[in-house]
Amino acid sequence: MNATLAIPFRTVAASSLPGEARNHSAHDDSIVQTRELCLFYGSKQALFNISMDFPRHQVTALIGPSGCGKSTLLRCLNRMNDLIDDVSITGSILLDGEEVNDPTLDVIELRRQVGMVFQKAVPFPKSIYENVAYGLRIAGIRDRRVLDEAVERSLRRSALWDEVKDRLHDSALGFSGGQHQRLCIARAIAVSPEIILMDEPCSALDPRSTTRIEDLMGELRGEYTIITVTHNMQQAARVSDFTAFLYEGSLVEFGPTKQLFTKPEKKETEDYITGRFG
Amino acid sequence: MLSLVCALLAVVTVNGLGVYWPSQVAEVTLADGTKFLGRMIRSEVNPDTDKMSVQFKVGNREQDPQRQDFRWIRYDAILAITYPAEVYVLERVENGDFYGYLKDTAGPDLARLSGIPVAEAFPKALGSVRSKSSEEIAPISKKLLSLGNELQKTQDKILRLTYRRDRLLADSRSGNQSRASDVDRQIAELQASSQKIKEQSDRLVGQQQLRLADLRRDAVVMTNPAGKETSIALVDIVRFHDPNAMGFWAKSRYYLSRIGELLWENPRESNTEGGLFPAIFGTVMLIFLMAIACFPLGVLAGIYLGEYAKEGFLIRLVRIAVNNLAGIPSIVYGIFGLGFFVYGVGGLLDQWFFPERVASGTPTFGTGGILWASLTLGLLTVPVVIVSTEEALQAIPRAAREGSFALGATKFQTLVRVLLPTASPGMMTGFILAMARAAGEVAPLMITGVVKLAPQMPVDGDFPFFHLDRKFMHLGFHIYDVGFQSPNVEASKPMVFVTTLLLLIIVLAMTSVAIYLRNRMRRRYQVRTI
Ligand SMILES: Nc1ncnc2c1ncn2[C@@H]1O[C@H](COP(=O)(O)OP(=O)(O)O)[C@@H](O)[C@H]1O
Ligand SMILES: [Mg+2]
Repeated sequence: MNATLAIPFRTVAASSLPGEARNHSAHDDSIVQTRELCLFYGSKQALFNISMDFPRHQVTALIGPSGCGKSTLLRCLNRMNDLIDDVSITGSILLDGEEVNDPTLDVIELRRQVGMVFQKAVPFPKSIYENVAYGLRIAGIRDRRVLDEAVERSLRRSALWDEVKDRLHDSALGFSGGQHQRLCIARAIAVSPEIILMDEPCSALDPRSTTRIEDLMGELRGEYTIITVTHNMQQAARVSDFTAFLYEGSLVEFGPTKQLFTKPEKKETEDYITGRFG
Repeated sequence: MLSLVCALLAVVTVNGLGVYWPSQVAEVTLADGTKFLGRMIRSEVNPDTDKMSVQFKVGNREQDPQRQDFRWIRYDAILAITYPAEVYVLERVENGDFYGYLKDTAGPDLARLSGIPVAEAFPKALGSVRSKSSEEIAPISKKLLSLGNELQKTQDKILRLTYRRDRLLADSRSGNQSRASDVDRQIAELQASSQKIKEQSDRLVGQQQLRLADLRRDAVVMTNPAGKETSIALVDIVRFHDPNAMGFWAKSRYYLSRIGELLWENPRESNTEGGLFPAIFGTVMLIFLMAIACFPLGVLAGIYLGEYAKEGFLIRLVRIAVNNLAGIPSIVYGIFGLGFFVYGVGGLLDQWFFPERVASGTPTFGTGGILWASLTLGLLTVPVVIVSTEEALQAIPRAAREGSFALGATKFQTLVRVLLPTASPGMMTGFILAMARAAGEVAPLMITGVVKLAPQMPVDGDFPFFHLDRKFMHLGFHIYDVGFQSPNVEASKPMVFVTTLLLLIIVLAMTSVAIYLRNRMRRRYQVRTI
């Protein structure tokens, strides 16, 4: 099944990247590199020259005051900004060496590689089973065995299996918010992405559900690259390996979480994490 | 306002439900010694004289010089009112009810009943006459009907051929002359066969007449309170009852049989009696056709406007138009339907497929019919469906779309698999509103094909079974026609109540089904978070 979905991305040796790239790298093995990324909503610039390398199979947290461009940056990575009119992007984003902003790139394949979970978990108006199988079905997979296997695997992976295994064919709509969010994660996992983007996945959840999602992120790292946006500093400190601090559309500081939270290099970062503003 | 509506509904319901309940028939003795039978309807106090008058329904219409069904009697002129158990009410094919006492049954076939008491003999006599009529007359009527159809078809063919011949003759190219005479020969053959059919049906009509005259000799003799005898042919009697002697169950059974007649029979006596089946059928079919026309169109337009259209001058114009279409008086739609569908589209269809009928002034599609009426109604209701579809799509949270896109779905896949199911309850709401509006519209129908009495139904056993070019009956128009256009308004009042009630029930039933479906969709497709 992996074989049907895997995309033959060209792997570019790290040495072929521009030399200055190493400045933005916090890790040796990166999966996504952005270079001089700028984004404009109409004439309003939302991202300024973002250059950073997202490490493979790690959890990276994007923090910063609201409106600083965290979601915008995240949505660049699977080209969700295409859905918004009047957006223009300059600079480059390389996913395993492939240019994401290439207009000839197959966006649908890209989005299968780069899954996304949103702040508001809205399941599809279908059964639990069909929710999880959705990504596979629209990819044209009809083999019942493959689907069954993927649904079970994804639900187990997202720690939902035991709760729902007896009612896979009930509507997914009548659940709690925490279950919805885990279902959305299962839905994203089912297509075997490389990267899972999470845009404030816990901000609408109660503390217990939040803990479950955080645990889940811990379990998924190693297999998937996770990039998450969060408002919650403690959460970033708990779940992430690397943290990037964004401020007014610019990347202020990016480094291992521990380092960024204990010895921030920049004054703004320190102010923000100590709660002096934002 | 609401209480007014409720009061109106209550009046319609009470009056409508009460119409077929067999109330008692009184024998009224007046101060001057005359007596008559009648049903008390209501009383009224004359404000000038302060005297009360009572209205009676008296039946026996043919015996009144003014053919009146009702009499107003001053209360102080009434000497006595009794309710004799022997009173019978005979419902007749013509002239309404007859109120009287059974005296005797008489006729060549009824001699064997002479010893039996008349109350037992009468139902038996009626039964035997009915079975005879269905044995002897019904087959002839059936044969006549099919002959009539055959004649119609032959004449259609003649019309077509005549048209062809005239065209051939008008064009003087060589060979046309001989072809025209070929056609002429065919016409002559058809005319001969149509002549034969005519003769055959004339013969049958004669036979039927004879049989009928024979049957009419079996009659029941009735007397009025004064003892005057009237003989009524049994074949003319539709139903009878003796309300003063009936118990509750007998009355209920009678009531149900009347409801059955209402639902399944054809109307009689210029629509004031008999059933409403053609009107019920026409109403339901009209709404169905309307739905078939307007729902897909409205949904597609709503999807286009909501999901695909790029906001621009033209789209804004369309949106304004759609929103304002709902405010146009329905008669304007009717006129548009007449001009566009009937004369425009229908006229074109006729020119292509039935040119001979245009020439002879009997258009097929170029005249009102159920198809054009339902399309007109569809046009009238489509804005509601468009607007509600668009709104339902817009109400879907962005996260639902993005969730689908983020999994690699295309716009179309997202639309079909996520958006439409989620929007379906909202679309259904629009559909319900459209249906309710369409069911109540009469004005646009009046110029696009509704008639007060349709000889043929839009669906029947004749190939191709659906005849959407035909005119049709409709409950709403029936109310108008019976209640306000009939010569005997007073007598048709019960029918107006019954028809109104029936229309309300049908609309209610159809919208209830739709609402039930919508609620099921809601349960399936709407998020409930705990
Ligand atoms: N669709 C949009 N059109 C125009 N401006 C937008 C749009 N989305 C976001 N923005 C603007 O871009 C900036 C960054 O937004 P966002 O990435 O959502 O911030 P964050 O997720 O960090 O709170 C904000 O100033 C916001 O107003
Ligand atoms: Mg955000």
